[in-house]
Amino acid sequence: MKITLKIWRQKTSQDKGKFVTYKLDDVSKEMTFLEMLDYLNEKIIMEGEIPIAFDSDCREGICGSCGLYINGRPNGPQKGVTTCQLSMSAFKDGDKITVEPWRSKAFPVLKDLIIDRNAFDELIQSGGYISVNTGAAPEANSIPIKKENSEIAFDAGVCIGCGSCVAACKNASAMLFISAKVSQYAVLPQGQVEAKERVQAMIKKMDELGFGNCTNTGACEAECPKEISLTNIARLNREFLAAKIS
Amino acid sequence: MRSFLGTSVAKKIVMALAGLFLIIFLLVHLTINLFLLSDDPNPFNNAANFMAANPIIKAFELVLFAGFLIHITWGVILQIQNWLARPKKYIKHHSSQTSFFSKYMIYLGVIIFIFLIIHFVNFYFVKLGWVEGDPENFYDMAHKLFKIPVYSIIYLICFLFLAFHLHHAFQSAFQTIGLNHPKYTPTIKLIGTLYSIIVPLGFAIIPVIIYFFK
Repeated sequence: MKITLKIWRQKTSQDKGKFVTYKLDDVSKEMTFLEMLDYLNEKIIMEGEIPIAFDSDCREGICGSCGLYINGRPNGPQKGVTTCQLSMSAFKDGDKITVEPWRSKAFPVLKDLIIDRNAFDELIQSGGYISVNTGAAPEANSIPIKKENSEIAFDAGVCIGCGSCVAACKNASAMLFISAKVSQYAVLPQGQVEAKERVQAMIKKMDELGFGNCTNTGACEAECPKEISLTNIARLNREFLAAKIS
Repeated sequence: MRSFLGTSVAKKIVMALAGLFLIIFLLVHLTINLFLLSDDPNPFNNAANFMAANPIIKAFELVLFAGFLIHITWGVILQIQNWLARPKKYIKHHSSQTSFFSKYMIYLGVIIFIFLIIHFVNFYFVKLGWVEGDPENFYDMAHKLFKIPVYSIIYLICFLFLAFHLHHAFQSAFQTIGLNHPKYTPTIKLIGTLYSIIVPLGFAIIPVIIYFFK
């Protein structure tokens, strides 16, 4: 099929950047979106130009490195997928596809479609961990955990830190991300030791890094490739209130 | 307290509580306003006088003003932070599935704020003696104002926007204070939708009835 791509090109983080239009005549519906970009890059290289820079690693929806804003949506039109899992079958012949990097003050563009996601690492460093001694893994059944709680923790723990929530949010807020991290520990006994400090530190850090705040619009939940629920944000708010009051 | 209010989430929680307080206040206000539909001016005037004279209500008035002030000031501050969080916008308008009115809360809020100013000039300033009028007979004043077509149309438009604002606000406030539950949230959303329709409609029918039938 034939497609027209309008892609953000930016030489360096300081460069002003601009959109460049590319046409591809022989895209297969069996390609993934990133394979289509690889194919486009091969053509660009053959023409002696500099290929489009974009992030990717595992290409199976686990690592969270890829992530492009495609036609007004993070990761394109398919629901519950990362950009690398997006199939070209979601598009039709003659489509015009606009590809932009995540836009957020906290995620500056480094080159073309690559952004600096260090802000998420800083958020994790601020409280998204539990302190345990290194060594052999303890016996899993020594601490009994309710089934419902383990499910809540797991559903929050599937967050891959891709930043789709920030990209989708009209306020470029990282609330869904930190709520997933806080929730994942809030319902488990291992997370209780640092629970109070964690929620406060992560929210403070989020503000410091220049992320916006939550207006309960729900775009993050709609676009999260791991379909993390807004209920986690309510839990984050509860945890925060409890930490402040108690 | 200062450290509590330092973060965005704390501001949001206080803003949500202030909003819920204003939601309750709207119900009280509507109940009194419905007396305007009576042919007898006394029930409405008595209620208005009671609100003006009772010391407990007077103290409550300060709480109400604080509620407005907190809700508006932090609404604006948080909105500015949110605008700054994305200095470079997307060129392709985002098409994610979202709570529709949530995207326009600040603009709806500005319209409601303009209405508040008009409302203050027309009634509260009269009570304070800053604007000419009879504070003993708000019934008559309201009836005269609602007979002016432009005023009534502005009034109706403002309440339409208030309905949009409330539609998102009601359920959003519960989410912000951490009350989200798979079993109860659908009910909260339903109550919010009903409230956002019934209460503004209650206010809106008053000028319509007065204009056409009184």
